[in-house]
Amino acid sequence: MPIDVRYVAKLARIELTDEEVERFGAQLAELLEHVKTLNSLDVAAVAATAQVVESRNVMRDDAPRASLDRETVLEQAPQRQGAFVRVPRIIAE
Amino acid sequence: MSAYEAVIGIECHVELKTETKMFCGCRNEFGGEPNTKVCPVCMALPGSLPVPNRKAIEYMLRAGAAFDAEIPEFSKFDRKNYFYPDMPKNYQISQYDMPLTQGGVVRYWLEDGTMKTCRLTRIHLEEDTGKSTHAGSGDGRIAGSSYSLVDYNRAGVPLMECVSEPELHGADEAVAYLESLRRTLLELGVSDVKMEEGSLRCDANVSVRLVGAAELGTKTEIKNMNSFRSVHRAIESEIERQTTALESGARIVQETRGWDEIHGVTHPMRSKEEAHDYRYFPDPDLVPLEIAAAHVEHLRGALPELPWRRFERYTVQYELGAKQATQLIDNPALARYFDRVVEASGNPQQSTNFVLGELSRLANERGVSVAESAVTPEHVAELIGMVEAKTINSKIAKEVLTRTWDGAGSPRSVVEKEGLAQTSDPAAIEKLVEEVLGANPGVVAEYRSGKVAVAGFLVGQAMKASRGKADPQLVAELVKKRLG
Amino acid sequence: MSVLTERSAAEIARDVNARKLSAREVVDATLAHVDAIDAEVGAYLTPLHDLARATASRVDERVAHGERLPLAGVPLAVKDNMCLVGTRTTCASKILERWSAPYTATAVQRMLDAGCVPIGKTNLDEFAMGSSCENSALGVTRNPFDLTRVPGGSSGGSAAAVAAREATIGLGSDTGGSIREPGAFCNLIGFKPTYGRVSRYGLIAFASSLDQIGPLTRSVEDAALAFDAMGGHDPMDGTSIDRALEPTATALREDLRGLRVGIVREFALDALGPEMAAVYERAYADLKALGATLVDVSLPTAEHGLATYYLIAPAECSSNLARFDGVRYGLRVDGPDVNAMYERTRAAGFGAEVKRRILIGTYALSSGYYDAYYVRAQKARTLIARDFADAFAGCDLIACPATSCPPFAIGAVSDPYSMYLMDYYTIPMSLAGIPALSVPCGWVSEGGTPLPIGLQLAAPHFAEGLLLGAAHAYERATEHASKHTPRAGAPA
Repeated sequence: MPIDVRYVAKLARIELTDEEVERFGAQLAELLEHVKTLNSLDVAAVAATAQVVESRNVMRDDAPRASLDRETVLEQAPQRQGAFVRVPRIIAE
Repeated sequence: MSAYEAVIGIECHVELKTETKMFCGCRNEFGGEPNTKVCPVCMALPGSLPVPNRKAIEYMLRAGAAFDAEIPEFSKFDRKNYFYPDMPKNYQISQYDMPLTQGGVVRYWLEDGTMKTCRLTRIHLEEDTGKSTHAGSGDGRIAGSSYSLVDYNRAGVPLMECVSEPELHGADEAVAYLESLRRTLLELGVSDVKMEEGSLRCDANVSVRLVGAAELGTKTEIKNMNSFRSVHRAIESEIERQTTALESGARIVQETRGWDEIHGVTHPMRSKEEAHDYRYFPDPDLVPLEIAAAHVEHLRGALPELPWRRFERYTVQYELGAKQATQLIDNPALARYFDRVVEASGNPQQSTNFVLGELSRLANERGVSVAESAVTPEHVAELIGMVEAKTINSKIAKEVLTRTWDGAGSPRSVVEKEGLAQTSDPAAIEKLVEEVLGANPGVVAEYRSGKVAVAGFLVGQAMKASRGKADPQLVAELVKKRLG
Repeated sequence: MSVLTERSAAEIARDVNARKLSAREVVDATLAHVDAIDAEVGAYLTPLHDLARATASRVDERVAHGERLPLAGVPLAVKDNMCLVGTRTTCASKILERWSAPYTATAVQRMLDAGCVPIGKTNLDEFAMGSSCENSALGVTRNPFDLTRVPGGSSGGSAAAVAAREATIGLGSDTGGSIREPGAFCNLIGFKPTYGRVSRYGLIAFASSLDQIGPLTRSVEDAALAFDAMGGHDPMDGTSIDRALEPTATALREDLRGLRVGIVREFALDALGPEMAAVYERAYADLKALGATLVDVSLPTAEHGLATYYLIAPAECSSNLARFDGVRYGLRVDGPDVNAMYERTRAAGFGAEVKRRILIGTYALSSGYYDAYYVRAQKARTLIARDFADAFAGCDLIACPATSCPPFAIGAVSDPYSMYLMDYYTIPMSLAGIPALSVPCGWVSEGGTPLPIGLQLAAPHFAEGLLLGAAHAYERATEHASKHTPRAGAPA
């Protein structure tokens, strides 16, 4: 099945040139071909592993820690306006 | 009666009232200077990692227990991936297929006191986004704006998402459901639940169908409702719109609609109709949660009296009216006060009269809450006892209450100090009555000529002469006896 | 070449603590060496001369005040995907080219607390995605043993720095082999601890469930000292293991008596060509000569490691890298609306390999493909971890090749999938989360240039002490690493 590279790139918010769509499409298809070998594994009764070292219930106490200085935060922003981070027009979803 | 009925489901987002954010130690407070409550974690700086707030998880479990939800032994966090400027990581840490609580039920009551239930689908834990202010459009709205300004103070605040089944029929039920949800969360102490500050936000899924139809109609999702009043108006307006459309043979389009408070209608929101593909997957930065059954049992046992139970106690056991009961429940401090008055006096009806009557009036007038006043529940019970024993009548009782409120001491000491005890000595009252009759020969004559109504005047005069202290019943009896 | 730069971390710390040597002297010598040869090697993206000198002076003060620091005055190279407050931290990406970290990674902080002196931030494959350092958007790093060849990757800068004596300890991060492979290519110990042993806080994530920080050193003892300093529980990392860290540097051994070493049946050496196969045959024989019992073990699912890894790691990275969006920090390329800005920023800010992995990962998680790709890979991961558990029932350690070839010429591998194959032997251990290292085990000659080869040793979860101990015995007995010296900076 061909991969809809444009759709995937849209989800990932990466602008692609036509040449890139072509090239990445072919490379992704090749990788997925290799990945097909996983279909030979019988995993019907196997649990999925999201994390390999089993730990549980890691939590922190509800205790305040110092926040960053605002200037430290804002001076990194590509565009700011006063105390805010500024972004171009948001298209309503 | 309309041939159509409405079916409504409500989705609420509730900010949890923790000291700090969900995954970092920044303060969780409403407002404040923009971008001052941020750190590497909630700003999604490269390399930062989330660690869950134990208190937030405890609050979730407490809410789950209160709504009789199932609390599975295993739960986990997932990432919901989508890009938005006020969401720093461009994914939201949320819960997808294994939320902290499943199912459950919200018990709520209507204005007339009818108790109803609405099942919950689930309650899950996630993190709030920052806030965008849309500029350049003149009206602060996103449509037509030319840029936006982002404040990340709210980003990462723990957020409980509470989804109901579509089981509410009409705006009254929807609002009554929300009221009950709000009261319960307040009672549990897990949230401020303030719509005006955004700590409670809700959307409504509204559909209509022919009465008796098995299938649900096509639903619309209503957003931008910022008070219970606007929820009520928006749902009514949407039901009417959908009903009118169906009656005219039109179809309902599944869409998101925004409530327009000014014009009182819902409008379709601009939608790219691109199906969301959130690519949920287990967050590899967060390990799973295992909740011990014993802990859940402990939580269930440690719940306070929930508002719906209190409502039942007040209306069934104490025989209060629905309105009075609701009034008390909506003022939890007053309800606790009331309960102590009832406990000390054993007289729910008189307790209601005093607490919701004279005490509430005084509280209003003086700008001090009943619970914080100088009048203790024991004082009120003492007063009720004196009224019951006819030591004083209810008019004097109000006077005494005012004195106690103003710091004059316990009701009994006020009554004693000021000699306000009711006079029930027949000889003394008889003397009083004779004096009144002697001073009003004309009125006595009128009575004897058949105008029996004037007896009331004479009773009043006698009461006045006693400075209100005489037992009014005894006065009335003696007046009649002397005239008769 | 100054003799000071030849010294091990253990020797430097010993002498600085004894005040026979100052940290400042060590650092000045190291910086002079960096100035002399790094134009040729290209290990550092950002040298930190001023910070290094100031830190060295501070270490000397601490020692003068009676503190005893396990790594006093040891020159440290920090891979540029780890935050160090006030310094540029780029991930070798245009998208972070000008980003300055406002905080310090836990592992880096612990190394500084132990007395290390940061010499600079080192080059890597962009966002740690690659096996040769060629995916860096900000510079070329060369293998100090043959400047026409790659140093390996993704921790190629740290590996090259340590190999070329531009630092004594290098910090690397390993997701599928990114410490072990450059370690092997640069004649070093490249050590990846158990997943969760070293805090990831401040390590810019590639694939969160696989990433692990570890040291690159010229001796096993130095690797152990570094691990002892940086390991252990960190409350800032929710996946950090809350379990006592037993010191490894004091538990190194001189032989392998009583140990069963598993040789993996599925990793047949003839696939490597005769010259490399011979190196590994001899390595296995040396293990036996040191007293180990060689046993045959099977990892039946290991051959699926690559496919499993190239679904899981990209899936996680597609989400981890979403934060680089031109809003709060880093590069922005403007556009008429925020989506256009995102798309242009990320198109300009990410290199081809990063884009490729984001696209693969996004696809593997997308609606309709999630179960077929991502969930299936997670299940395969379970099987691979189970293979190791089964294998370790019959052995204490596993020995196998670290790489399938010696360091290759810059530009020689252009096809993405061929590059992915570089990590064939290291990926299964990453998926299982077990500790593994590469240790120099011999040389092969290509075009007359001797090129280093690494032996990979792996142990069960948390058995770092055993692993380092065995590697130490092997290193002492064979002394492969010292048979050749790097060409970079060598006296003409």
